[in-house]
Formats: sequence, structure tokens, C-alpha cells
Amino acid sequence: MSLTIPITIITLSLLALVFAVILYFIAQKFKIFEDPRIDEVQAALPAANCGGCGFAGCRNFAEALVKAGSFEGLNCPVGGATVMGDVAKILGKEAVAVDPLVAVLMCNGSPEFRPHTSKYDGVPDCRMAHSLYLGETDCSYGCLSYGDCVRACKFDAMYMDPATGLPVVIDDKCVACGACVKACPRHLLELRKKAKKDRKLYVACSNCDKGGPARRACKVACIACSKCFNVCEFGAITIENNLAYIDAFKCTFCRKCVTECPTGSILEFNFPPRKPKVEEQVETKTV
Amino acid sequence: MLKTFPIGGVHPPENKLTSGSEIQNLPIPAGVAIPVSQHIGAPAMVNVNKDEKVKTGQVIARSKGFVSSNIHSSVSGKVSKIDTILDSTGYRQTAVFITVEGDEWIETIDRSGEILTDIKLSSEEIIRKCLESGIVGLGGATFPSHVKLTVPAGKKCDVLLINGVECEPYLTSDHRLMLERGEEILIGVSILMKALKVSRAMIGIEYNKPDAIAHMTKLATAFQGITVHALKVKYPQGAEKQLIKALINREVPSGRLPLDVNTVVHNVGTAFAVYEAVQKNKPLFERVVTITGKSVAKPGNYFVRIGTPVRDLIAAAGGMPEDTGKIVSGGPMMGKALSSTDIPVVKGTSGIILFPAAESERKESMPCIRCAKCTRSCALNLEPFLLMTLSEKGLFERAEKERITDCMECGSCSYTCPASRPLLDYIRLGKSTVIKMSRERVSKQ
Repeated sequence: MSLTIPITIITLSLLALVFAVILYFIAQKFKIFEDPRIDEVQAALPAANCGGCGFAGCRNFAEALVKAGSFEGLNCPVGGATVMGDVAKILGKEAVAVDPLVAVLMCNGSPEFRPHTSKYDGVPDCRMAHSLYLGETDCSYGCLSYGDCVRACKFDAMYMDPATGLPVVIDDKCVACGACVKACPRHLLELRKKAKKDRKLYVACSNCDKGGPARRACKVACIACSKCFNVCEFGAITIENNLAYIDAFKCTFCRKCVTECPTGSILEFNFPPRKPKVEEQVETKTV
Repeated sequence: MLKTFPIGGVHPPENKLTSGSEIQNLPIPAGVAIPVSQHIGAPAMVNVNKDEKVKTGQVIARSKGFVSSNIHSSVSGKVSKIDTILDSTGYRQTAVFITVEGDEWIETIDRSGEILTDIKLSSEEIIRKCLESGIVGLGGATFPSHVKLTVPAGKKCDVLLINGVECEPYLTSDHRLMLERGEEILIGVSILMKALKVSRAMIGIEYNKPDAIAHMTKLATAFQGITVHALKVKYPQGAEKQLIKALINREVPSGRLPLDVNTVVHNVGTAFAVYEAVQKNKPLFERVVTITGKSVAKPGNYFVRIGTPVRDLIAAAGGMPEDTGKIVSGGPMMGKALSSTDIPVVKGTSGIILFPAAESERKESMPCIRCAKCTRSCALNLEPFLLMTLSEKGLFERAEKERITDCMECGSCSYTCPASRPLLDYIRLGKSTVIKMSRERVSKQ
């Protein structure tokens, strides 16, 4: 009776010893070396797991960063230069400067410009409406207004404007992860270079129809008249498929195209008010 | 006991308002717009120019590739422009616009009323004739008929099935055609039999058309190898796989074609078009269209020239009723709502239905209560509620495993759902995504 306790202790200790030895050897045999820097890098990343870098999540991206020789083509759009600088410090590498981007909507077809021609009563989902027909208006390229992009945004950086029926991007919140770009079945969102003072200048139209039908469907449609192309001195504007496009990397924000556009499809944001027209005309004449 | 398919199916109210109205000729419109893509496959290539004079029956767009079809002018007149027009796909497509001047047919068409029973052409010549005459499946899928008639090496066909089911509510175009052009249809069936080199053909007709069954049975006695079979009234019996199961009790495996079970299915409308093409040299430029609806003043069946705007058809039926809420092209179950009355009638337009506003609005969608009515109604043994959820949540790989691509989009699940859930909408979305995914996978390999 009195031996029960010591025997139990001895047996269990022996068993523990045997298992410990087995576990030790197994741990040695199947040991996986993991670079401790991966954890450090992951800790520096924003942990948004948005996929904006092109990887499945922050961990995946951290692994890629540690493995990579240089940071060329690797960028965390959410963290931007600060986070990439921190990561570069951890890994002892050079950070590559990447221009921050922001999402913009290439459509300005509010009901005031683009009248409704039919009523859709199906599931309020852009992908579904897109697969069925051109939409409630006559424009088969424009925004369908059911908010797939807003639902896709994980950063609360978009909302639907009830007045225009179009999504609005909040520049300060947008991290350019590209989720909305992927969500839009009509490819209406584009990630464009963020300019100083959040200035934006772009063709807010995606209609590839010829001038006539495009204009009939929407008053602010690009009709590919080439006026902006001719006025641009920097070669930033191209016209393809009956649609003008402004390259954000070449654009100098001179705003000449905006005044030239007969339909008003080129939009400008966050610019100071224009000087009176008379002065401008004089200036151009002297040049 | 009447034959039918064993799994699933629904029986919506038939509403065959026009089954007693004789087929009339719709007056030729002032202008037509003929889309170059009225079939499954590659769009045809336009081969006429602006201001060119065309005659009725003249080829205006040539088929491009094997799975494609010729497009013919349905009127005589002048090509006013080649532009895009909104058609029943919901998007703008290239179309040839013709301003009508008189009605001058090309000389080769036999316009006499005489019924020609003798089939002079050989099997290959019949197939070529179908290709030249732009014959496509007139049941609604518009698959080019010459492709279906060409049996690939290693496959064989031992029985031809003819679809006279017309299981969609409201539509009566096939019904009327069988009553009024029964003999022509049977000759057309014989032509199809000769092309496929089979000795047996079975015509399936649902029992809600007893007059058509009696008429066709009587006429068929004069034809070798053609039998008429009455089928139980059940939607979607007009679907290829369901008709094969009902008539000859063979099951087409998932992802396979009727030829894999040694059969081919053609519609009665197609048989009639084949008769006209082979015996009368008349290409496919007109078809029977039912114009109907509960508040339509004069619903009826019309021979309509392809390219006629839907507006003209509605005018012939006594104008658009004030309470119209939705215009549907095709049957109420599988048809598509039209967003404009300028949309032209195409080869696949079997009917135009004007629904009153009260009937056309969707009911509010409620949560799924797992009653499994959708599963029971599915003729393909799928689980619609599951497919919808998978598609809604973006789990497309799983949806593929659950055979979402087998869905033929008959709409029985959405019709039967007591919670009015948009089952088919999501399934369609999932199906198209899965098809896109598997195509990408193939192209990567």
C-alpha cells in the first residue's frame, strides 16, 4: 500500500523520459528552419491581408520579401513608403520608391447626364446585371450603380452617392489595394498615380461606342473628337477604341484638355480656381 | 401511362391563349434590322455594302467557321446602314439595316403551295443545304443545324427525336405549326432522317395538345419509320436531355451530348425550316412567333420576317396594353426581358409575351427554410439552394464539384421557391464564373 505512490512516480517519470527522448529526436529529424526575419517583417506590415501586393496575405508577402533579392516589383500599397522603409531596414536592403496610387471611377454618368431607359428588378449586383443586359441606361460601358466595388472595399474608402448613383472614392482612406478594380465587371475603376495636393485629372468615361451613340446614351460621354489629344503638349493623351485616355505619369496638370473637351467628360479635382478667361486668352496669344 | 422524365419538373399554369389562333402573315415592316449573330457560335461576316440592293432570301452575311450560320435578307430593298442595334442578348450587336422596297424574292425559291414529298438530295447535300440556308435550332437555343447533322467519326446515331413538346407556358408557335404544316414537318423529319442515315424517328408531343397528337399520328402513318408519342405535361420536358430520357429512356451523362447516347434531337420548327430549305430552296428568313399576354387585345401566331422590330408585332396584336410591366422574348420560364421595343425578331424568338405590371414584379426574397422544394424540382438532380449559396459566397471551386455547369437554367427552382429566392440568378452567375475558370485552366495548360 505504501509503495503505490513511489511506484507511480517512478513509472510516470520513466515514461516521461522515454517520450522526451523520442520527441527530441523527432523534433531534430523534422526540424524546419524558418527565417526569423519573416516574423519581424510580418510585424512591420499593416496586417490588412487585403491582397493589394498581389500575394495571398501579409505573411505570404513577408516571405516573398525575405526571399527576394531586391524590392523591385514588391510594394505594400497600404503601408506605402513608410512601411516599405521599415521593412528595408529590417532586411538591410534598399527600398524602391513607388508612386502611391488611388482608385478613380472612369464614369460620370449620373441620371442627370445619362437618363434611365428601363428598370432592373433583379438581384442588385453589378455582375448579374452586367451578364443580363446593358443596364438601366443606354450605355453598355457605364456604371451599373449596384455597388459591387463598395462591397469589395475593405478599408471603408468607398460609398455610393445616392444623388448620382455612382460610387465615390475617399482619397485619404483609399490604399490602392485594387479590390474594387477586380470587383467591377465593367472595369470602370483604375488605380492612378496620386498627385500633389490630391489633384486628379482624368477622362471619366469608358464608352467605346462611336460619338453619336455614346452622346445619345450620356451627355458627358467621351466622343473621341481628338480635341484633347491635339491640345496636349506632353503626349499624355491617347485615343483608342473611340475613347481618350490620359496617362497619369505623363500628365502635367496644365488643364488645357479640360477646357477643350466639348462634352465635359474630363474631370479635374482639387485644383485652385481658374483665372478669368480673358487673361488666359491673352497669354496663349503671346505664346 | 404517358411517358415523361422521372426526376424533378414543375407544372406552371399553361396559359396557352393562342392555341386556337391560326398562323397569319405579319405585314412586311417598313424597315428591318438583321443582326449577324443570331446563333450559337461565331457571328457571320457581312457581305453587303451600304446602299446595295438586296432581294428576299439573299445572303447578307456569310458564316465564319464551322459553328456559325449564314444570315439572309428577309425583305427586298436597300441596305440603309450597317450599324449596331440592341438585340435580345441585351447588348448592341452588328446588324444590317434594310429599307423595304416591294417584296422581290430571289428566283431560286419555289413559292408554289405544292407539297413536295420526293427527297432528291443525298445526305451530304442536305447538310450543305442546311448550312447554306442558315438553318439553326428553332427551339430557342439556335445551335446551327448542320453541325448537329454532321455525326463525327466514331459516333453513331440510331434514332432521331423530334421535339414537339413546347413545354413553356403561353407559347403556341410549334403547336400551330404542327396543326397547319404537319405534312411539311413530317417531310422535314424524313429529310433529317436521311441526312443522319437513321431509319427511326420519334416525335414527342405533350398531352395538352391532343389535337396536334391526333393530327400528327394520322399523317405519320404515311411515313416510314416515324412515330408520334404523347408525353405527360411537365416542364422542362422540351429540354434535350429530359426529352431523350422520356422518349427512349437513355440518360445523357453529365457534360456529354445526345450523340453519346446515339441520338439527335431536333425541334418541329427546325424540321419545317429544313423542309422549306431542301424542297423549296427557301432559306430561313421568317419564323412563327407567338404574341400573347393576358391583357393583349388580339393575341395570335404570326409568320414574322427576321429583323422585324418587336414594336410591329405588338401593334399587330392590338397595341401595348397600358398595364404592361415587362416584355419577354421567349417563354415565361426561360425567356429574356427586353429593354426596348426596337429590338428585332431573330431566329430564336419563339414568342413575345407582354406581362401585366402586377405579374412582372419580383416578390421580396426571404431566408431559405431548407424545404428542399428546389431540389425536388430540379430535373438534373442538382441542389439549387446549395449552388446559390456557394455562388453567393464566391466558393466557385466547390460549386464546380457540385456540378453547377450541368444546370440548363430552366428556372424550375426559382419558380417553385416559396421564399422567392433568386436561385437561378446566382446559379447563372456561378455557372458563368466556373466556365470562365475552367477555360482559363485549359488555356494555361
